[in-house]
Amino acid sequence: MKNFQIIRALSSRTAVTNISKENEAMFIAGGTNLVDLMKKNVVAPDKLIDINGLDLKEIEFVKGKVSIGALAKNSQVAEDVAIKEKHPLLSLALAAGASQQIRHMATVGGNMLQKTRCSYYYNTDMPCNKRTPKSGCGAIGGSNRMHAIFGASDSCIAVHPSDMCIALAALDAQVLVEGPKGKRQIKFTDFHRLPGNTPEKDNTLEAKELITSVEIPDHNFTKNVHYLKVRDRTSYAFALVSVAAALDLKNNVINDVRLAMGGVAHKPWRLTEAEEFLKGKTVSEEVFRQAGDLAMKGARTYGGNDFKITLGANTITEALTIAASK
Amino acid sequence: MNFITFCDLRLLNLLEYPSDFANLKIDRMASKKNNPKEVTENDSNSRRDFIKKSGLFTALAFTPPSLVMASENKWDEKIAEYLETVPLSIEVNGKKHNLNIEPRTTLLDLLREQLQLTGTKKGCDHGQCGACTVHVNGTRILSCLTLASMQQNAEVTTIEGLAKGKKLHPMQEAFIKHDGFQCGYCTPGQIMSGIACIKEGHANSREEIREYMSGNICRCGAYHNIVDAITEVKEGGKEL
Ligand SMILES: Cc1cc2nc3c(=O)[nH]c(=O)nc-3n(C[C@H](O)[C@H](O)[C@H](O)COP(=O)(O)OP(=O)(O)OC[C@H]3O[C@@H](n4cnc5c(N)ncnc54)[C@H](O)[C@@H]3O)c2cc1C
Ligand code: SF4
Ligand code: FES
Ligand code: FES
Repeated sequence: MKNFQIIRALSSRTAVTNISKENEAMFIAGGTNLVDLMKKNVVAPDKLIDINGLDLKEIEFVKGKVSIGALAKNSQVAEDVAIKEKHPLLSLALAAGASQQIRHMATVGGNMLQKTRCSYYYNTDMPCNKRTPKSGCGAIGGSNRMHAIFGASDSCIAVHPSDMCIALAALDAQVLVEGPKGKRQIKFTDFHRLPGNTPEKDNTLEAKELITSVEIPDHNFTKNVHYLKVRDRTSYAFALVSVAAALDLKNNVINDVRLAMGGVAHKPWRLTEAEEFLKGKTVSEEVFRQAGDLAMKGARTYGGNDFKITLGANTITEALTIAASK
Repeated sequence: MNFITFCDLRLLNLLEYPSDFANLKIDRMASKKNNPKEVTENDSNSRRDFIKKSGLFTALAFTPPSLVMASENKWDEKIAEYLETVPLSIEVNGKKHNLNIEPRTTLLDLLREQLQLTGTKKGCDHGQCGACTVHVNGTRILSCLTLASMQQNAEVTTIEGLAKGKKLHPMQEAFIKHDGFQCGYCTPGQIMSGIACIKEGHANSREEIREYMSGNICRCGAYHNIVDAITEVKEGGKEL
């Protein structure tokens, strides 16, 4: 790791104005992704702005929504009693990510900005358009078992690795950011982007913008929800595929539903067509299976990840079945 | 100024004159060539202390020409060195340390290489094994992914800090009783994690223990016995 300067910011505004003056400066929160990448020389900032002193750690329930500070720790959010009660899907997704030690360190903002786990991205000897634009994509024609089946491009087939973000996409969250040009709000489903010709851009956050909080509007998905994560071992591994399923049931009829998938695209993948199909239907395994098959329409695989089509459909069916039975 | 640095705040003032700073570095290299003999350890410490105490930096910052004078007196070397490291106050196992460290030093390397506390192990160095688990301000974290420079005034507990004199911690006793290890490499991390697992309230069943201990990999596969040890300590109900 090359040496760098480190500075501790005391307010969001000064964090933003100070980072704006530097080309090679980066924010650091929990450090669980950034320090790892710096050790591997995948990123090499000259200066780190430590944002842990900022007042952005609170979880606040206000009228119509909850606001979660960007520096709230993943374990803090997962285990918050009110979050468990009002947003159980978020709590389940967070608890399925990483390990308890990492969740104690990782922050909400950092989680959203964690880089893909594509092994070519991490290996500086390998071609990777995301790390080094125009160098090629090692995963296309290479080892791509973990990779995308939706929305990929000829430049990049990587997936977004977060669990938390799958739940936030399902729950129609909003991202609040502050940058050199002021404050703005981004729809969670518009926050991460598809790779297209510019896979080096993971999201729509502009350079030097700071995530300050995430807001989730109130909803009725407090009981029949499930986050199902399929991975190579039972715990402490990234998803092959995951499904966030939330049902609002009235006498076994689906009044409202949210479905989002992880491990399949460059961004949390909302399954809007399957959601529309399910609305108004009576709960049954048959209906859930049809939703699963519908959601897989248009999937494209790359050799190593062909299994994700069957696995994806089955995981959707299973997640909905478990959610409905709660 | 709305920022503080881990360096002396006054250093920031100096940084506002980047070109002076660059000259200072060049001077330093030049003076090294002419004087291959470095200042002695004592020399360097006393100079650094003098610089810190005298408020020299403030003077330098506001009157850049005085840098020339500083260079003639070889203070430049010390200034550059001082800028590459940051002061850190940290408490480890109840003992306070005031250190100067490189910003890139991880807490794990600080413990092992600078404080000679080699009980905490480096398994993967990338957050994937849990061997480096320590408690910071009462919370279990991975010291390999933690920059020491971000732990100003933190209270750290490592495996060396558990025993009270010759009396082992109940979790250490339980690991021995239940053969909770074979080669022992993952064990300090397992023990630190196991204690936290109980304190956090995540040791209510074997399944829950397995899930909340999943961040600690054991290549020898001692998992069954580790869960036995944690279960016994939890059921013993002792204050940890
Ligand atoms: C072994 C291992 C296993 C893991 N398994 C999982 C898993 O199963 N599921 C999962 O979801 N995650 C997993 N993770 C990833 C983990 O969740 C992320 O590393 C973590 O959430 C990142 O948060 P952080 O606060 O540590 O971010 P940092 O490492 O501090 O920062 C990450 C990035 O975000 C930027 N940043 C941070 N905060 C802000 C902000 N407020 N505004 C603007 N920019 C910001 C930084 O500049 C940096 O680029 C795993 C990690 C490891 C090491
Ligand atoms: S899939 Fe994306 S991240 Fe992976 S090698 Fe290709 S360009 Fe890089
Ligand atoms: S050495 Fe830190 S997790 Fe492996
Ligand atoms: S005892 Fe050998 S790795 Fe766990």
